[in-house]
Amino acid sequence: MKKEPIIAFDQVSKSYPLYHHVRGIKHLMFNFKRNMKEMNANQYEALRNISFEIYEGEQFGIIGHNGAGKSTTLQLIAGVLQPTSGRVTVRTRVSPLLALGSGFHPDLTGRENVIFNGVLMGLTRREVMNRLDEIIEFSELGEFVDRSIRSYSTGMLARLGFSVVAHLDPKVLLIDEVLGVGDIRFRQKCIDKMMEFKRNGVTMVLVTHSTQSVMQLCDRAMWIHNHNVKMIGKSRRVVERYCEASGVPLPKRARDKKDEMLDFVEIEAPTI
Amino acid sequence: MLGISQGISRLSDRRSIESYRDLLILLVQKDLKIRYKKNVLGYLWSIASPLTFALVYYFAFQIVLQIRAEGYALILISGLFPWQWFANSLGSSPSYFLATSQMLRKVRFPLSIVPLAANLNNMIHFLLSLPVVLFMMLIYDKTPSWSWIYGIPILVTLQLIMLHGVSLILASLNVFLRDIERVAQIITQFTFFFTPIIYTVDMLPPEYLRWLPLNPAAPLMVNWRSLILDGTMDWGYVLFSVGYALLFLALGTWVFNKLSSRFAEVA
Repeated sequence: MKKEPIIAFDQVSKSYPLYHHVRGIKHLMFNFKRNMKEMNANQYEALRNISFEIYEGEQFGIIGHNGAGKSTTLQLIAGVLQPTSGRVTVRTRVSPLLALGSGFHPDLTGRENVIFNGVLMGLTRREVMNRLDEIIEFSELGEFVDRSIRSYSTGMLARLGFSVVAHLDPKVLLIDEVLGVGDIRFRQKCIDKMMEFKRNGVTMVLVTHSTQSVMQLCDRAMWIHNHNVKMIGKSRRVVERYCEASGVPLPKRARDKKDEMLDFVEIEAPTI
Repeated sequence: MLGISQGISRLSDRRSIESYRDLLILLVQKDLKIRYKKNVLGYLWSIASPLTFALVYYFAFQIVLQIRAEGYALILISGLFPWQWFANSLGSSPSYFLATSQMLRKVRFPLSIVPLAANLNNMIHFLLSLPVVLFMMLIYDKTPSWSWIYGIPILVTLQLIMLHGVSLILASLNVFLRDIERVAQIITQFTFFFTPIIYTVDMLPPEYLRWLPLNPAAPLMVNWRSLILDGTMDWGYVLFSVGYALLFLALGTWVFNKLSSRFAEVA
């Protein structure tokens, strides 16, 4: 029985004009013709003709060098970018795990930010309120939850961010390397939550530089090289080839399941 | 498992009207909270600015230049308070989308809600400043008119729609052309002196008076003053304002629709 893909890219290309050629209205007015020509000629191609499918309940990793097009792929899935050509099909609502601080307002308290974030993701205020206690308890922020998040540490922000997304019943979770912070106890909680997601069939798309985490968490992986799909397949095989091509030794296999997950969360510093 | 699948169905691709409404309320609340939480004097600050300007212009035009106008203090106040709303909106519009660039690059949400919330906010600040206008009138032995009951909602609505349209244009363009901010400042200054704010319509030479409706801000500001001071409105000017409101809303929506799908590429 072949399942229908929940996310499908069909020959998707994405290029941006390099807007810095325009600079400003003054510049645009005085060099209008040349500017428009330059802008159209100097397109930056972030993705070239890529196709892949992600199925429901799958954990899908995306790896590749810096600037290969990984984050652009994620933004296309999230629907904040439109493809230049090709077709992006997303059959359900996706929940992006927000990078630290984005979507948070420093002058509001943790509690207020939780509500704001939940509603921003598409819930109603009532739905967020129903889960508020659960979210706050999970975040372990204690009395800090009623202070403005200006006073939060990086780890606390990450905890708040993860707690919100973890309690929104995500169907497709988009993760762009944000889990590497938080103390050891909270990390363990995140791991448990991720395993729960995995068991419950939550689809996850994980963009990361950590080959270890891709091997351990993901069923399948895609390697993007130079804005193009180099390889799609079982995550272990993709990682092997990727490491080979990069001249980096393959990360050693961890034995215990829990240990594996710990490694996964430990490895990367967050991209802010 | 069942519980989760129920949760999913609620997170369907299309945002419910309730969620949209909640987001709008939260955005408006957020700005209000920040404004009044940061300093206890938040409210005072929002009225200090038009009052200070009134004082400065009073000194310059009444005391130094000895302008011939009866009750010049009230003339200034009835012009400067609505103008303050107008100018604040123009000034802050360009940054609306840039300020949310972190969010709009990650989450898909109806982007036009951002300027809408900001404009509602500016409207609320204006409404909150009206008691000061009333207070000043009572000091100068003027009484408010019953026509305020319908006059204020009409003018507020027209000004809100018009400013929303303008802010959609400025905020969208400024994502790509960062110096729109400067342009907006210049336009604001320009409009200020070509609009009867520190002078009245009657002081305008007749050959200039007929060009007045060409200034989108003028019909509104003229009506604000006559409504506040005399309880009357020029319905011809109201029609002009309706026209400008719809024109700018249409233009703003068009520009926004053309550009908004590319915001995440630049912002």
